[in-house]
This record gives sequence, C-alpha cells and structure tokens, in this order.
Amino acid sequence: MLLIRCPWCGPRDESEFHCGGEAHIVRPLSPDDLSDEQWADYLFMRSNPKGAHRERWYHEAGCRRWFNIERDTLTHEILRIYRIGEAAEDKKRAKAKGKGA
Amino acid sequence: MSEQRFRLAQGGRIDRERPLRFTFNGAELTGYAGDTLASALLANGVRLIGRSFKYHRPRGIFAEGVEEPNALVQLGQGASGEPNARATQVELYEGLVAQSQNCWPSVDFDIGAINNRLSFLLPAGFYYKTFMWPKKWWMKYERFIRRAAGLGRAPTGPDPDIYDKRFAHCDVLVIGGGAAGLMAAQAAAKAGARVIIADDRPEPGGRLTGTRTIIDEAPATEWVDRTVADLDDAPEVLRLQRTTALGYYDHNFLTLLERLGDHLPSSARSGDRQIRQRLWKVRAKQVVLATGAHERPLVFRNNDKPGVMLAGAAQAYSNRYAVRPGSGAAVVFTNNDSGWESAIDLADIAGMRVTLVDVRSELSNPRRTLLRRHGIELLAGHAITDVHGNKSVKKVSVAALDDAASGYSGRHRKISCDLVCSSGGWNPAVHLFSQSGGKLSFDDQRGIFIPFESKQPQFCVGACSGTLELGAAILEAREAGKAAAAACGFKKRASAGALPEIEQSEQTPIRLLWSTPSGSGGRARSKHFVDLQNDVTVADVELAAREGYRSVEHLKRYTTTGMGTDQGKTSNVNALALLSQTLDSDIALTGTTTFRPPFVPATFGALAGREVGALSDPIRTTPMHEWHVEKGAVFEDVGQWKRPRYYPLADESMKDAVDRECLAVREAVGILDATTLGKIDIQGRDAAEFLERIYTNNWKKLGIGRGRYGLMCTEDGMVFDDGVTLRLGERHFLMHTTTSNAARVLAWLEEWRQTEWPDLEVYFTSLTEQLATASISGPLARPLLADLAPDIDLDPKAFPFMHWREGKVAEIPARIARISFTGESSFEISTPAGFGRSLWEALIQQGRKYGLTPYGTEAMHVLRAERGFIIVGQETDGTVTPIDIGMASMVSKTKDFIGKRSLSRTDTAREDRKQLVGLLTQSPTEVLPEGAQIVDREGPLPMPMIGHVSSSYYSANLKRSIALALVRAGRSRHGESVVVPLEGRNVSALITAPEFLDPEGSRARS
Repeated sequence: MLLIRCPWCGPRDESEFHCGGEAHIVRPLSPDDLSDEQWADYLFMRSNPKGAHRERWYHEAGCRRWFNIERDTLTHEILRIYRIGEAAEDKKRAKAKGKGA
Repeated sequence: MSEQRFRLAQGGRIDRERPLRFTFNGAELTGYAGDTLASALLANGVRLIGRSFKYHRPRGIFAEGVEEPNALVQLGQGASGEPNARATQVELYEGLVAQSQNCWPSVDFDIGAINNRLSFLLPAGFYYKTFMWPKKWWMKYERFIRRAAGLGRAPTGPDPDIYDKRFAHCDVLVIGGGAAGLMAAQAAAKAGARVIIADDRPEPGGRLTGTRTIIDEAPATEWVDRTVADLDDAPEVLRLQRTTALGYYDHNFLTLLERLGDHLPSSARSGDRQIRQRLWKVRAKQVVLATGAHERPLVFRNNDKPGVMLAGAAQAYSNRYAVRPGSGAAVVFTNNDSGWESAIDLADIAGMRVTLVDVRSELSNPRRTLLRRHGIELLAGHAITDVHGNKSVKKVSVAALDDAASGYSGRHRKISCDLVCSSGGWNPAVHLFSQSGGKLSFDDQRGIFIPFESKQPQFCVGACSGTLELGAAILEAREAGKAAAAACGFKKRASAGALPEIEQSEQTPIRLLWSTPSGSGGRARSKHFVDLQNDVTVADVELAAREGYRSVEHLKRYTTTGMGTDQGKTSNVNALALLSQTLDSDIALTGTTTFRPPFVPATFGALAGREVGALSDPIRTTPMHEWHVEKGAVFEDVGQWKRPRYYPLADESMKDAVDRECLAVREAVGILDATTLGKIDIQGRDAAEFLERIYTNNWKKLGIGRGRYGLMCTEDGMVFDDGVTLRLGERHFLMHTTTSNAARVLAWLEEWRQTEWPDLEVYFTSLTEQLATASISGPLARPLLADLAPDIDLDPKAFPFMHWREGKVAEIPARIARISFTGESSFEISTPAGFGRSLWEALIQQGRKYGLTPYGTEAMHVLRAERGFIIVGQETDGTVTPIDIGMASMVSKTKDFIGKRSLSRTDTAREDRKQLVGLLTQSPTEVLPEGAQIVDREGPLPMPMIGHVSSSYYSANLKRSIALALVRAGRSRHGESVVVPLEGRNVSALITAPEFLDPEGSRARS
C-alpha cells in the first residue's frame, strides 16, 4: 500500500487513488492523418520499464484531481510528484545532469 | 477433576488458583489460567494430538509457539467452529472444546493410517503422476484426494463473531515484545517518539519467559516487568499483546491482527459488544523488526513421532507452564549450545533423566564437567539413528558419527525415553523483513539466512537479525530504537539508561548437520521428515532433485514442502539445504522461496471487519423508495441502487405482472422511477466544445431548450455509454448516463478535461442524488400531465419530442423532458429530490382515471427491446462499436471525437463483425436464455459460433417472444435462419431487424 502525497490533499493511502497508466502520452492533433500503425502506437503501446516510470494518478476518493508521479516500478519508491502540465523532466535534476556531463 | 500428572509442583507463569476445565476428543481435562491448550494437554499426559496430512501418522506437540506444524486442532463446532488452530497458541479458557483433525473414526484408531503402510507408493509428486489420466476423471480424483488428505472442517454457517478494523500511524512500530523489542521500544520512547509495540503472546518477554536467563543478577522476567512498566507509563506508547503482524507492505504499511476475544470462554465472547479480533492497519515512519528466531529441528529417522519435540519448546514448557514434557527420561539431540541449555533445564526444572546427544565431538572439559554437575550423560560426536515406539516414543537408537557425518561407526545403542528433543540451531524469523522487500544473505558458519539489505525505513534487531546472544541483542536493539527515533526527528539526547548486565558463557560453534545419514545399507531416508505438516521426507527432496526440480520454488510445489498453515516455519531452511546438498550447490545460490503474507493464517472475518451483510456495500435508494416498498415492489440491484423490478398484485407471478405493466404502457400510461439515471451538470465557456469531443455526434448547434441522444466511445472506438443530454443554456448542459455507469462517466470526463484539454473551461458536478425523476409513458401520458401542469403548453407542436420545458407540476417546480425509452409518448419529470415523493404521489393520484400503472425495470427492458433500443453493458460489452449496433448515423463524419480514428482500423472496419439484429424463435413461446450462443445450422460439434443472444423476453404486446442478438454480418442476413443450441436440444430462430415495433418511432413523437 503506497503512501501518496497528493499535491492538493497531502499524504494519503494508495486505496484512495486510481492509477491511470503511463503519463505524457499526448493525443495526436490530427488522428486522421495517422497510419493504422501510428494510431495503434498511441492507443496501445506503452513502455514497461524496470525502474523510474512516469505515470498519471487520480485522487478518486479525495479531490478528484489528476497528477503525475514518477515511481520506481521495482522498489515502489516515489521519486517525484508533479502536476499535470509540468515538464516531464525535472528541471533541477536535468540541470544537475547537464553539469555532470 | 482429573489430576495433572505432568504438572510440576512449583514454578511456571500459570495461576494455580484458577483451574479451568476443557475437553479434548470428549475427555474432560483440567488446566490452569495461563496455560495454552498445548501445555494443558501435556500436563495431562495427552501426547497424541492428530494425524498427519498424507500418511495419517500419529503426531504430537512439536513446538511451543507460532511455528507449530503438527498440533492443529478443531475448536468449537458449527458456525463458530474453527479449523487448524495451533494448540500452542490457543489460550486455555473454561469450557474450551477441542478435537483432533484428519482422522476417522478416532485419533487412536485411524483407518487412513493405511497410507503410512503404503507410503512407498506415495512419493513426492505422487498425485501429479498418478491422477493425470484419464482427463475426464479429474473431478472424481479431486473428491477422493480431498477426503484422504486434509486438515480441519470449515465452519458450517455464517461467522457469528464481530470483527473490527483500525487505522493507526506512529513514528516507530516495533514488532516483537521479547528482550530486543522491549529495549528498542523503550529507547525510541525515551527519545520522544510515538511508538506502537506489537507482540503475539499474551504477555511480553518473548523467550525470556521460557528460560532461566539472568539479567542484572536476577531472573530476566524482573527486567521485563520493569521495562514494560516503563513503557506503559510513557504517554506516547501503545502496547498491543496477542497481536501478530500479518503482512509488511510498501512504504512501511503493516497489518496486525489483535486477538481480543479468542482467549475468553464463549459465554464472555458472545453478545453484541464483544469484538473477537481487530485488524490494525499501521503506517509507520520507521519499523523495528524484533521478531526473534524459530528453532530448527534436526532431521533423523522417525523424527515425527509423538514425544519428539523442539528442545527450546520442551524447555519453555518446563519453565513457562511448569509442565514436564515427558514422564522420566529424555534424550536431547543437538548440534549447538542452545540444546545444552534446554537439557540442563529439563534436568533441573523438570527433574528428568537426560542424555545429551551432541553431533559435535570437540567439547571443552569445563563444559563436560558442567553437564556432569547437572547429572546429564553426554554422548559427544553421536547422532540419533532411529526412534522407536508407535503412538509415542519408547526408545531411541544412537551411534557415533564418522568424521564426515556420512555414516556411523561402532555399535548402535538403545536408550529408553519418551521425550526426544532436537535443536539444529535457530533460524532468524525474517518473514516480515523479506515481505518488505529486504534481501537476505546466508551465513555459512551458522547455517542461517540473515537480513542483509533493507528496502524500507526499518531496523532488524536481536535474533531476527542473527544476533542470538542476549547481551549483544539488547545493545543492538537500544541503538536501533534511538536511531529509529532520530530518523523521525527525535534527536534529543535522553538518558537511555544503563545497559542491563548479562552474564557471558563459553560458547562452542554449531556443527551443521542437515540430516542424519541413512545408516546401514544406504536405505532411502523415507522416514526422515523434513516438513512434518506436509509429510515431506529427505527421500522426497532427493527424488525431486533427481527428477530435475532444481529450483527451490519448484521443489516447494512438487513436494509441497513449506506449504500449509505453517508455511514451513520449521522446515524451509532444512529443505533447501538438503536440496543444495543433493545438487552439490551452494545454499546461498539456492536461496529461499518467497515469503508472502499473511505470516499466520487469518480468518476471513478479520479481513472483512464490519463490512459484511448489509454493510458490505452502500445501498442507494430514491426519494420514492418507501412508496415502492409499501406497494410490494420486488427490487433488483443496479449498481448500488435498489430499483423496483416489478409490482406484483395479489398473487400475480412475475410474468403476469410484467405482461400487465407492458400492456398498460402501450395501451394507457405507465410510470417509472427514473431517479437512478446518472445526471451530470456541465457548465463553462467550453461546455459545448467539450461535448463535441466526447460524444460521437454533433452538439454545437443544439438549441437551448432541446435535448439530444448521445453515444460516447472509448479511444479504441468501443461504445462506452449513452444517454440524452439537455442544453439548459449557452454554457450549461445536463448529461444523463446509464445508472450503473454514472461514476465512471464522471471520472472519464474529468480525466479528459484535466489531463488532455486543461485549456478548456468546463466543470462537472454530479446531480444524480439532487434530482428525483418520474417518467410517465404511454398514449395517455399527455392528458394526465395536462391535468397537473395547466400552465405548460403540451401540444406536440409547442413542445416537440426531444425538447424540455420548466414549469409547475401539481404545484411542484419541475423540469419536463420529452425523452422516450419505451417508444411511447413520454414525459420525464424531474424535481429537487425533496419533492420526489410528493410529485410521484400527485401523479399516481391524478393517474387513476387514466389507468396509470407503475412499472419496473423488467417491463422497461421489454418495452425498449420491442423498439430495438440497446442497453450499454447488455448489448455492448466493450468490443462493440456504434456501427455494430446500427448507429452509423450517430457518428459524425465532419469532426474528431474520442474513438473516431479507431473506427477505421482494419478490424473495426470489417464488414463481417458481429452486428445487432432481432431474433424470432420458430415457436412464439420459446424465450431464449440470454447469453446463449448462435450457430449457422444443426450439425456435429464443434461448430463455429457466429454470435450470442444479448437480450431476450416475452413481449405481451407482440404476443410472442423476442430477442436481440449480436450475429456475425447480421445486418446482411435478415430473413435467414440460425440455430441456438441449448442443453439437449436446438432452437431455430429467424434473423430480423432489431426493431420489432414502430420502427419509424412515430409513437414517441406523437
């Protein structure tokens, strides 16, 4: 049972939430222009990493707000919680990485 | 009152002033308060407790606590009966009734014991190998196997007890109330942390109450009492006794099972205020695991007979319960020092004549002298080669081990005794640690798995972390308690108090011996039991390895070792060590099987808590509900809603009532409680744009005052929900959803709005409970409403189909919508919920002169099927597109919407998909079962299935049966015959259009 820090309600048990699968899958603006393969890729294909994974969560039994979680699928450690619309890449970490390189 | 022949004259933590009567297998016996069922049975000299799972071998009490594999008993009877209770953990109470399991006709004379004689026919994997063919006998085999091999009997009725659940949060959760647990809890509490300490025994102290340990130059129990008093005085400490941790989940979430009533006599337990058990759900910032260790038995020939026991258990029975676990002579068989301690206590406390058989030969002279002082005979470098006796131990054979411990040298010697104790070392109880994701490492020297790497904020202390020596364990626990509190932010330097003083004694390293050798002639070790509960022997493990089961997980499933109610607490490490030995591989590489919750079996009642019966799911009722009840409606569950299914008059059958209700709607007027339909208020600048994207059809041009039927799909193009949405204003809509889908649709709208189109300004509010709705339907609906709503012009030209108006109905504010699900001229009248029943009764009263008939969901289903209207979830199942159900005209060609692109994928664009059709059976009285499969023609099976019946009713209006079905390429097959194979016969049916009545829909518009 994960402990999830809802950006609006604070830490709550996982049972109040619903996981909505991989985040940052943007709906194509002109679906009609896509081939069947491209559409199927948007519709069905999801990454299934062992490790850090960005996913959407919904506080169903709380504020009914969606937000994003970056979670380690192996350890269930929650690495980052950020709102819908925020960049997938954490700016601070991205910067740190850049410096390292 | 029978005497307790094996009760010692003094000592023990029992209350001799409080004798308790109980029965075992019908015999009336007596024990004392403070006894467990096991200690009381031993005190009375009862040694044969049950029969083993597979071979029905006689078995006795083997352990003293949670790890007991053998002494499982049936408690009580009937609905409150409990199977597989561990006698070692059942606290004695007045009037306790217990019985042996898995034996018939009695534990003494058990017919199934023939399996023991035939055991050479029942090796590992016997069931897998034998009961494979012929396949059609599988069901028969199962019945046989279930009767032959088994545990206790399930309760015969609903559980009469009350269970509770509680959530709790703390800084530091300590599991285990032994020396290490108490010390850790005290240290954390002194630092100011909020502490919960859970211990599975009735009183704290762990193993200290079962030994004669000295702390601070006094009995250790005095130190326990002081520490517990200190904890109980601390304001932020919650101490839970009789509480077992069941599971360790993510982010330091643990479940604990507290037994509140199990130790009370049934008279004190019943009544509605007594809670039997409470399930705690605890979220802790830090966890300290002080779960101790389980003693590991040595494996030798016939090591399962009643009278063979773990050495630490025999010692604890003597010290804690003042019970002599045998009548006079005992043989203690050990490979480590703790067997010595047990032997000395058996000699000193229980007054037994003890022979100590130690596989180690290099033992110091001072230590040998020590034994002599206690009158114990030592056979160093020896092993037990066999145990003799039938239902109880009578003798053991011993012999000297050769240097490699692979055989024996010298003469075998027999020793008379009726108690055989063994100690093969102590396995840290790493169950919870492993459940938490922690990694184990294997200590080659001591032959134990110890916690190596934590994955959660936790500490392992004492025996649980492999620190078996008491002084070191207490020091480790104190440091962990302080560190855990500090990690929670409690860093003040409180005086942790002086460390208790503990005497050190000389130690000799363990000599690992996973099984004694087979002895003369190299016989298979088929009576060397590894897993007592599942009757798995060394020979079974070796056979499995020979047959290729090299993984410990495969070994477990093939031999069943480590399964059952004890989950191998005494057997797992021995089994995997023997597997490694057979395969000549490293134990560390073999690894352990996965530890899973629950740590001990838990009753379903505790997991369900109060959520049983009427409280298992919320019940939703409409404001008109009581009226339906008063009129004798029969209800059906639709999601959580109670909806009237039909209203039988006098002694009407369901069919008579539904026929009458259906005819009334088509010929006069009917009234339906439509309150349960989902209602979502949608407002905002972009409300119309949002609906445009969600629904398959067009919404922007819908005028205010009008409504439209809408269909929504998931992104894969499959029908998700349908319903009529009204435009209440330029930026304001009211959406109707199907009853059981309302919450899902609301969540669906929120998901798209929040995650994909946050730029759209639109808000959703559920109004389902705020509005009550009565739908009147039928040719006389208009004149009825006209009587009650004189101010509203109901003329079809002024108030056409699919429009809504506001006004007063019987002086009640109402919104009226011309929506029809029956195909008749209909008015859906909605009002704030508080007016619901008044509105309903006003309609009923005024309706008398029109023959107004209340109808339920069954008639509603029939009426809509007569018109060919679908129900989402009945005609659709997540694989059906709008085109499949004949609604291509509802699908916009000019705009994008959720799911649109999917409708032109190769599979969804196929011409021969299953399509909605009508079905008319040859015989007009034949009502097909819903879900029946459809084939092309009669013929030998198997035959390709081309579709299924989705709805099927008798239609009183059409005077025949009708059905809706999904049939491959059905739309092009109208007029063709198909066959519906039913059990034992075939039914022919004709494919038709799905509209059986008024296909143009003129009646609804009139």
